[in-house]
Amino acid sequence: MSRTFHGRAVTPGAARAEALVSHGGFNTLASYQMALMFGDKQVKCGDQNNPDLYKKPMIGKALCLPETIGSTTGGMVLYTACAMGKQPACMLFSKPIDPLAASGAILAANWTQAKMPVVDSLGEEFLAYVKDGMTLSVAEDGTVTVE
Amino acid sequence: MNLTKEQQAMLDGQHGATMAKVVKTLVMYGEAFGAQRMVPVTSKYGHTVISFGIGVMKPVYELYDELLRAGAKSMQPFSADPRPLDKNVPSSLLQDIVFHFMYSQQAHYEQQLRGLGLMDEDAYTCACYLPEAGNVPKRGEVLSWAESSAVVYANSVLGARCNRNSGIIEMMGSIAGFVPEFGLLTDDGRRADWVVEVRTSKLPDAQLLGSAVGMKVLEKVPYVRGLDKWLGTQLNDAACAYLKDFGAACASNGSVGLYHIENLTPEAVDEGSALVRENAPVYVVDDAELQRVKDSYPCIWKDLDAKPKLCFMGCPHMTLHQLQEWTMKVETALREAGNSRVVIPTVFTSAPGVIRAFNQTEYAARLKATGVILSYICPLMYMNNPLSKKMPVITSSNKLRTYTSARFYSDDEILEKITKGGN
Repeated sequence: MSRTFHGRAVTPGAARAEALVSHGGFNTLASYQMALMFGDKQVKCGDQNNPDLYKKPMIGKALCLPETIGSTTGGMVLYTACAMGKQPACMLFSKPIDPLAASGAILAANWTQAKMPVVDSLGEEFLAYVKDGMTLSVAEDGTVTVE
Repeated sequence: MNLTKEQQAMLDGQHGATMAKVVKTLVMYGEAFGAQRMVPVTSKYGHTVISFGIGVMKPVYELYDELLRAGAKSMQPFSADPRPLDKNVPSSLLQDIVFHFMYSQQAHYEQQLRGLGLMDEDAYTCACYLPEAGNVPKRGEVLSWAESSAVVYANSVLGARCNRNSGIIEMMGSIAGFVPEFGLLTDDGRRADWVVEVRTSKLPDAQLLGSAVGMKVLEKVPYVRGLDKWLGTQLNDAACAYLKDFGAACASNGSVGLYHIENLTPEAVDEGSALVRENAPVYVVDDAELQRVKDSYPCIWKDLDAKPKLCFMGCPHMTLHQLQEWTMKVETALREAGNSRVVIPTVFTSAPGVIRAFNQTEYAARLKATGVILSYICPLMYMNNPLSKKMPVITSSNKLRTYTSARFYSDDEILEKITKGGN
């Protein structure tokens, strides 16, 4: 049985992908730096402080997270991942989006051809419900369906 | 968002298509946070977090080329994070070859920075706010900066106003000369969401306390009680150095952009507990809690008993006061151990302007005699080399620990290791 959550589309778009869930803050620089720098095709998460994601492939996933944390290169890193076609299929935030993630999403939307819908404010229940491997669909209006 | 006529004209393309995209980006950024208007950037100088010419970041340099072709220039001269390479820092031939390819865009990128309005050739430091570095914003000034440790220091210790902008966005704000008004630019956004009660038996390690607070409050604003007992009520050199390291750990282990220290930081001195929101949760930090946090740090060395091959101190860059204090600490500890030079290759990092000032003091020769290397490098950029990642490197920087394979030890432990040895 599917379940639906409603959020706000920060950068609207549609996507369907497999969930990858981080329950702690997602450190964008720590997660992406090694994968981007050395051309990891699977874009495996390099953040040893994130037990949910460490060493798991992130490319093309529906990245579910509370918020991003860490370095203010975060937005630039997301932009670069998008420009290189190595972005997640979408980013789904349980909390209101933070400035670094918003920057990355907006830079990607305005300055690259990449499609990476970003939805925020999905609520704590969303992050408690969704599990790695579940299939998620994102609609333009910020509705997320867990199939 | 309500734009002025001039801002609307820019958005409509009257200053060219590229500037229209810059303004559109800033408008979308503001709208994501409910900003109602743009406010002028009022600081004399900007600061950018992007200081490295990593080949793989080509999309960033292409974007900056587009800006430069359109005639864009920052309306404030700006400083930048530290340079990634320094031949004084020990490295193998193989590491050097990898560095050469990794930072293949460095010269090109530095040329771009000059074109965009870099302050001067010495303006490369993450601690741009140190007096010797020359980019010290005044209280109440609006900034368009990025660099998590600099933003949190400018907001908290100097009382300037800046959001935790991302790299690229901060440059766009500087080029446009205005930024969306939300979050830490507003009075309400600067109120404290958390109370942190420090109940330790001695002054807690700044990097450890900052880490604990960052992990607990994440992006929220903490109001810290109990630190003035140890730090006093004056923002003197020692207190500022402590707060620099505390803030950097808060910002990298969480995403804190502003903290208030009771009876010490400017807004806490002026407003006291009135800054704290009603029903703010309380986080008590005692010795046991700090130990719990420290014990939770993963170490990704293959051999946990490996003898350290390098030690980095100074992420963020050390202050002049710290360099002098550590010179004395190292000398004393070496004497006690019966050694004349550090037993692990050790690099202290600081801003070019601070290094210049330090070199004019008697401490410079004394530090050199201990074998400690003084460098302007960004340790994080050094550690990004995959060959560096495999090295057993130690540090007392929680920021460096977070982003690299460097292993964290407290300041006291680091001093012991570099002067007396041991794994």
